[in-house]
Amino acid sequence: MSMKKSHFVLAGAALVLAYAAPVSAETIQIKIDKLKFSPEQVTVHVGDTIEWVNADFIAHTATARNKAWDVMLAKGKSATTAMTKAGAIDYYCRFHPNMVGKIIVQDT
Amino acid sequence: MFLKLSGALAALALMLTPVAADAQSAKPTDPQIAHIAYTAGNIDVKAGELAVKKTKSKEVLEFAKDMVRDHKAVNEKALALVKKLNVTPQDNDISKSLVKNAKEKEAGLSKLEGKAFDKAYIDNEVAYHKAVNAALKDTLIPSASNAELKDLLGVALKIFEGHLQHAEHIAASLK
Repeated sequence: MSMKKSHFVLAGAALVLAYAAPVSAETIQIKIDKLKFSPEQVTVHVGDTIEWVNADFIAHTATARNKAWDVMLAKGKSATTAMTKAGAIDYYCRFHPNMVGKIIVQDT
Repeated sequence: MFLKLSGALAALALMLTPVAADAQSAKPTDPQIAHIAYTAGNIDVKAGELAVKKTKSKEVLEFAKDMVRDHKAVNEKALALVKKLNVTPQDNDISKSLVKNAKEKEAGLSKLEGKAFDKAYIDNEVAYHKAVNAALKDTLIPSASNAELKDLLGVALKIFEGHLQHAEHIAASLK
């Protein structure tokens, strides 16, 4: 491979990466353990998915105060929620309102 | 009736404080603590089951179902733990007074219907969780000597603090 060609290929690869990075959606895990969302606050991007993992022996919910979503989490189970809109969302557990968290969703 | 109930519960919480208890036995033993915690949970399961049968309010019904489910789950954990630790829960004066008060409360609630029942049930849930949480925090958890029992009671306290907030929220909406 000539020097010129290899540079071209590298540049091409860098270009693909540069374009691919912002649109690749991520899955961010929020765990519930002993009635605490952890991490309590996360910053994600539009298109990302939150994976809720309930490690407690009782059921919980993850309920957005703006009513965007209301996720039921049976004991020991997990669920996912897609983050579709930018904004800061405060959420809590309807069964145990002392459990609170916050997700900041940024535009890509 | 409510005043009398709150008074009885407040007295119960007082009985559980170290100051009141230090005359004879300084603090409850693990088998007694397990019995008190289980008894207190079972009382709330029964109150919840009564509410599930009687209430016409969707909000109260959902809350009552939560109480039955959560307190059963905590008690199952507690039973599994005492079995594992080879501890036999021991009946005691505090458990006995809890049961006695609960029977009086149940009799009173049974006579009520509709909104009067909802209000009495929820007000009782607020008062009862306040008393039990105070007992857990001030006496039962500090007195527990087994680490796993102490840990389970700590998680239970967080669950019940959640119940208290939930009950207070409903109490405000019923006014």
